[in-house]
Parts: sequence; C-alpha cells; structure tokens
Amino acid sequence: MAHTVLVYSTATCPYCIRLKQFLAENNIAYENFDVGADRAKADEMVKKSGQLGVPVIEIDGRIIVGFDRPKIQQALGLS
Amino acid sequence: MTKIYDLIIIGAGPAGITAAVYAARKRMDFCVISKDIGGQAAWSGNVENYTGYQFVTGPELAAKFEEHLRRYQIDLKEEQEVVSLKRRDKGVMAVRTDKAQYEARSVIIASGKRSKELGVPGEKEFKNRGVTYCATCDGPLFGGKDVAIVGGGNSALDAALQMTRIARRVYLINSFPQITGDAVMRDKIMAAPNVIVMNDARVLAITGDSFVNGLAIGHGGQENKIEVQGVFIEIGLVPNSGFAEEIVANDFGEVKVDCKNRTNIPGIFAAGDVTNVPEKQIIIAAGEGAKACLSAFRYLAQQK
Repeated sequence: MAHTVLVYSTATCPYCIRLKQFLAENNIAYENFDVGADRAKADEMVKKSGQLGVPVIEIDGRIIVGFDRPKIQQALGLS
Repeated sequence: MTKIYDLIIIGAGPAGITAAVYAARKRMDFCVISKDIGGQAAWSGNVENYTGYQFVTGPELAAKFEEHLRRYQIDLKEEQEVVSLKRRDKGVMAVRTDKAQYEARSVIIASGKRSKELGVPGEKEFKNRGVTYCATCDGPLFGGKDVAIVGGGNSALDAALQMTRIARRVYLINSFPQITGDAVMRDKIMAAPNVIVMNDARVLAITGDSFVNGLAIGHGGQENKIEVQGVFIEIGLVPNSGFAEEIVANDFGEVKVDCKNRTNIPGIFAAGDVTNVPEKQIIIAAGEGAKACLSAFRYLAQQK
C-alpha cells in the first residue's frame, strides 16, 4: 500500500540527508519541503510538530521528529 | 546464561566502525552498541583532509563508513545507550545499556564526544524549541529572526558567520574578555553589519513560553535581557565517558590510553575522540579504531 509521506528538512542538516537516503533505499516516494527556504512550510512544521528541529517526517498523518529509524520503519510497515 | 562475546565495541563513529571492520575481518565474535551511526562525522560540514577523498561532506563520508560496516554480518545493537561498564571476575566485562545487558572478554570504548551544555534554567525545556546545538542543521529555520550564539571559539564563530546570512540580528555571547577563535573568522564577524558581540557576558537563563523568546545575560555586573527566538550553544564538546567509572580519565574526562590503546583496565581499550589522543580528526579516530581492535585481538590471543 502506498503511504503519504511528507518530509520537512533543510538542505544542510545531516540527518535530513540520512532520512532521504533511507527513504530512497526503501523505494518510498515522498514530498520534500525545504523549511529553510519556505517560511510558510516552516510554520506548518512548527504547528504540526510543536518544535523547531529538523527533520520532521509525516507518514499518513503521523508526525515523527528526527531520523527515528525504528518508528519510521514501523509507520511504513518495513521490517 | 548470558552470551560472552570476544569483544564489545561501544560507539559507531569513525573509530568504532573501523574497529568493527577489523574485528569482522579477524572473524572475532563481537557486537557493536551505539546510539547512532557515523558519530560526529555525520554532523561535519565539508571534509577535505580524509585521504582518498579530495572533497566529501560529513554525511556522505558517514554513509560510506556505514556501507562498509554493513558489508559484513555485524551484530549491531542500534539505538542503545551504554549506562555502565564494569569489570567482572575472570576477565569478563559487563556492559549495561538502557535496554539490555551484554558481556565480553574485551571492550573498545569508542563513544566519542557530544556538545557541552550550558547548564542554565530553560536550556533543557526549550531544546528544539529555539535552543539548538547544531547551526548547520537548524540554522535555516531562523530566517529573518533574532538569534544568540553562545561561545567564543571557532565553532561559535562558524555558527555566527552562518547566521549572519540567515538571521536578522545575531548576538554573540562570549564569557571571556575576548574572542578566542581564529583571527580571520573574528574579523569577518566584526565586519558583519548585523552582529552584536557581547564579551565578558554570561547567559543566566533562557526564557520563553512555547518557544524561546529571550535570554537573561549577566554583563558588567548587571542583568540584561535580550529578545531572541533562537539560541545556538557552541561552547565545545565533552567526552562520552561517564559510564566507565573504573576507567582513568584526564581532567577533561578523556579516557587515558597508551600507544596500544590500552586503558588502566586490562582488556578494556579505547579509541577516537573519547580518548586523550591529541588532535580530534576523522582520519585519526579511524586509525586509532584499527589499532584498538588489533590490540584487543592480541590481548585475547594471549589470554587463551
């Protein structure tokens, strides 16, 4: 089943890069928002996650802060 | 009965990963316990001094390390933090993490360093709510805002320089009478139109409601308040050596090792930035990790 995956990241953050690599390796399609460049999306991320750290990933409406591999795997149904 | 490994490697930065690659090639029975993979290398900006790579970014190099590590069937215990390392009888070491307990006949401590905390009210409460320890990561979120950089060394100046291009106003809060970082960077900071340098200034508290809204600063015998939305703490690093109570460390908390990476306890070795080895560099940490593994291998051969 395809998941709806949104990524809020900055161009420079190491864990944003790792997160995107992880999604690519698992063939997960996602939409990326560069919150360093897009102020409206930055505000949206803060509202959704209640915090100011990147990356933030939204999987089918569920918010996960940081590159939390076990939680992300679970939300995506990966073993 | 608990399984007894030949070797437990604590940490998976450049030192721990290199030790693991060597241990795998020696076919040792070992595991690697770590909170994350890549360590501080994953947080580095551009790396131009790792032989063979004329230019690579920290995350790219860390990904290469990880790829190398995963080429072998390695018993990797990720997302675990070591809380204690104790010597048991008959040359067995007990490693306890926040999730489990493991035993081995030798250990390599390669747990690296982490950002030092200021230790002021509000710091923990507002972490990721305006307080950050990584300007490279979170800096772009503070576009057009007012921010404070705490520190006066090179990492603080680097963060301040990055933020002059992003933030509206940048305060540099330095507890020393003068900036201690490199003159070249200091001159650039002084020339930036949106930087306010406060020397001899101490952060007393970080304030806010849902997010950071200001700092209380002790400056010239007075308490001042400045309004900022972001606080970047760049006051250096501390070694992750607190779990190793029986291990001798220097005044900075760095594990003392000899030229064979031996600590004061036979069978416990250490490598990389957590040790007192001079110069904290990725290539040095990697080399030390290799040495520590070979020393552990020889130590085990002599025990049999």
